[in-house]
Amino acid sequence: MTRPMTKTINVPVADGEGDRYTVKMGPQHPATHGVLRVDLELDGETILKCTPHVGYLHRGFDKIAEHRTYAQSLILSDRLDYIAAMANNVGYCVAVEKLLGVSVPLRAKYLRTMVCEMSRIASHLLWLATHALDIGAMTVFLYCFREREVLLELFEELCGARLTFSYPRIGGVRQDVTRHFIDKLQRFINEFPGNLEEYETLIDTNRIWLKRTVGIGVLSGQEALDLGLTGACLRGSGIDYDIRKHRPYDAYDLVDFEVPLGADGDIYARYRCRMEEFTQSNRILQQCIDQLPPGPIIGEDAPDLVMSLQGSRKVEVDSSRYGTGLVRLLEESGEYPAGDIYVSTEVPKGELGFYFISDGSGKPYRMHIRSPSFIHIGALPALVEGDLIADLIANIGTLDVVLGECDR
Amino acid sequence: MGEIKEPGLVEIEDGVKMIPGANAILGPLNKLVNWGRAGSIWPVTFGLACCAIEMMDTGASTNDLDRFGIIFRASPRQADCMIVAGTLTKKMAPILRRVYDQMPEPRYVLAMGSCACSGGVFNSYAVTQGVDTIVPVDVYVPGCPPRPAALMQGLIKLQEKILQEQYRWSLWR
Repeated sequence: MTRPMTKTINVPVADGEGDRYTVKMGPQHPATHGVLRVDLELDGETILKCTPHVGYLHRGFDKIAEHRTYAQSLILSDRLDYIAAMANNVGYCVAVEKLLGVSVPLRAKYLRTMVCEMSRIASHLLWLATHALDIGAMTVFLYCFREREVLLELFEELCGARLTFSYPRIGGVRQDVTRHFIDKLQRFINEFPGNLEEYETLIDTNRIWLKRTVGIGVLSGQEALDLGLTGACLRGSGIDYDIRKHRPYDAYDLVDFEVPLGADGDIYARYRCRMEEFTQSNRILQQCIDQLPPGPIIGEDAPDLVMSLQGSRKVEVDSSRYGTGLVRLLEESGEYPAGDIYVSTEVPKGELGFYFISDGSGKPYRMHIRSPSFIHIGALPALVEGDLIADLIANIGTLDVVLGECDR
Repeated sequence: MGEIKEPGLVEIEDGVKMIPGANAILGPLNKLVNWGRAGSIWPVTFGLACCAIEMMDTGASTNDLDRFGIIFRASPRQADCMIVAGTLTKKMAPILRRVYDQMPEPRYVLAMGSCACSGGVFNSYAVTQGVDTIVPVDVYVPGCPPRPAALMQGLIKLQEKILQEQYRWSLWR
């Protein structure tokens, strides 16, 4: 393993036992999934103390959002968790809709659920690829990116972007699906279980994989709750908490799926949890296609808008030039409700919450993002202290952190 | 015994000649070195944000950067090129400069994405408005994020740039 930016300093030890080192790992390190820096105090290969440092990707989302209307801030949510941007878009839209009291048509709800689950599969594929690559399985990386590419092509067909979509709108979605898209997605759904078997053949009972994951980074259910973990990290410890089930949004209360739970709370349990989520997401996708109702894709009461630089430019919804729901912008009219709201959704990483304080001006007075990655990084010391330094890499992988979301 | 013929030199490129059958190439060292450098660009993995995912995608199975001789290298000491993929914040800027300084010459920088080119949508207190304020940039690849094809186009442009160089890095080392 190469260590580009690490710096080794001998620290004099009072008790004279062993060699203690302070190692700074990152922020430029291939295994830290971005720009995470971890300060490690080592005794030989054992980690005595681990201090994660975040903020190397702090871009000031909260502050930028204060200068923009609600519709304009949608593009910021793309760049939060860029691996599953669609889920973040939906989370943002659900929060703003609840604040403004906008209703969403059923077809749009199903479409959103569909793209959310596609996003979940894409995100978990990238997690599996990098997690396996960190532990040393190169082939899984290539296999996972093969399937991820299919999903990205589908997204591109749907909205024109591969990674930063801005597909959902406040009150609906931007464009309707085509027959070609549905057929292509159906093909993916049919083939995906076979691909899952391929990954499992490679690592599920692989001796090296088991040695690196079973019994490493163990968290009991209570510990995971105390650390504020959500998503697969919490469910791996056996706690049944999934916002899709407990506070359903969009069409999640209309589709049937199970929440996979682990028992052991180690890296392998979390790995199995996410692998089961692949199957469940695939099930939801199939149901979304089967149940997709006809109807409008954006609500009648969805707000129109003023583009701040161009003055008032209201666009007729039924205008043949723009197409239904293509251009729906948000007006700064002062008719917005004042107050504050916290709405959370289940993104692939865990619970993503948006907290808005509205002063009725059409721009948020304050936007706070409760991002799962930030809280998961806080759990890193609890996972790795006392373990070997090689397990740190596996532990960062299992937490599935994205620094864009963590640092905001 | 037949007559020994003068081996005909075959010009394979402007100024570069090949002796057929002799497994030898004649040409100015300038061109040969540039050819070698352009054919094996090893970028240091410097993923910062969203664009890093597209950079990984470019290197993965579908797009496969290996066929250009481009293999990601985790250490700046063994790298020729730095692909700055993503938003460079002010906190990260000194580290970027340090990684750049650790790279041996000749070294190239490819700014990938709108954020690296100009700051992009993040006109805020925390983000540098373009990576060219920190390090010299050879190729800009705009997009948010650029498609893998765009990144490949950028790398091909970088290869073209390397092939046209003359005595840029002192005499042959």
